[in-house]
Amino acid sequence: MSSFLLQKKSKRGGKKVEERVLEEKFQIVDNYLVVKVPEELDHHQAAYVRQYADKYLLDESIEHIVFDFEHTKFMDSSGIGMIVGRYKKVSSFGGKILIANAGERIRKILFLSGLSDMIEWID
Amino acid sequence: MKKEMKLEFDALPENEGFARVTVAAFLTSLNPTLEEVEDVKTAVSEAVTNCIIHGYGFGYEPVMDQDKEPEGEEKPVPKVYITCAIENDTVSIEIKDKGIGIENIKQAMEPLFTTKPELERSGMGFAFMEAFMDKLFVESNPGKGTTVRMEKKCGHSFRKADEE
Repeated sequence: MSSFLLQKKSKRGGKKVEERVLEEKFQIVDNYLVVKVPEELDHHQAAYVRQYADKYLLDESIEHIVFDFEHTKFMDSSGIGMIVGRYKKVSSFGGKILIANAGERIRKILFLSGLSDMIEWID
Repeated sequence: MKKEMKLEFDALPENEGFARVTVAAFLTSLNPTLEEVEDVKTAVSEAVTNCIIHGYGFGYEPVMDQDKEPEGEEKPVPKVYITCAIENDTVSIEIKDKGIGIENIKQAMEPLFTTKPELERSGMGFAFMEAFMDKLFVESNPGKGTTVRMEKKCGHSFRKADEE
């Protein structure tokens, strides 16, 4: 279980959370889809994340998406496009995009693209 | 002394990582900072991705069907060409494709402008190249291809001289 979500939940009054593991790198925790972002989020990897994230959005009752950047060292504008695309999908139903464990480099790129208004940070 | 490197590879999405890592490795003789290496890698990734999806129009094969053998005759895969040179403390990188070219370069370089919104392109490619490199030149002949030239000063020697 992703520790930052566990903390978030326990603050809300420790109700037992439902947790499911899907395709490697994807996890559903309550109504959150947690995506472990690959080490290098380029055009190639962004297509992979997009495809599975959309599959789970369609099949499961997901409201919010958490992108966990703990292991990510590289991101380019393809990653930005992928996040914006997911934002459009979840936000039309009141959902949020959360960014966890983003390093300095990832933050810089997110800020540079003006994404910082669309997302919430978890540290 | 001038140092040069040339790279020619198949225009396939899975080669993007290899291309930027190779350029980054070439850069090491300048003794760049980690940030400079990341800047160059991002800019190269943007330019190479542009060659592949825009120049040659490779959208994307669905990842889930990756194992399926392609049907019909195999077409030769077009190439992306990279030339890098290091002179003094500056690296110059030329990334070229022989694809469709760009009709309106000025418009293409506007942040958020994209011709492929269905592929979720953010329209930030050229903006990133400009932000992360010192200089950026784009040349294009519609129908013949596009060449992107970028320059960046790197390395500790350059910063030291600056401080003095």
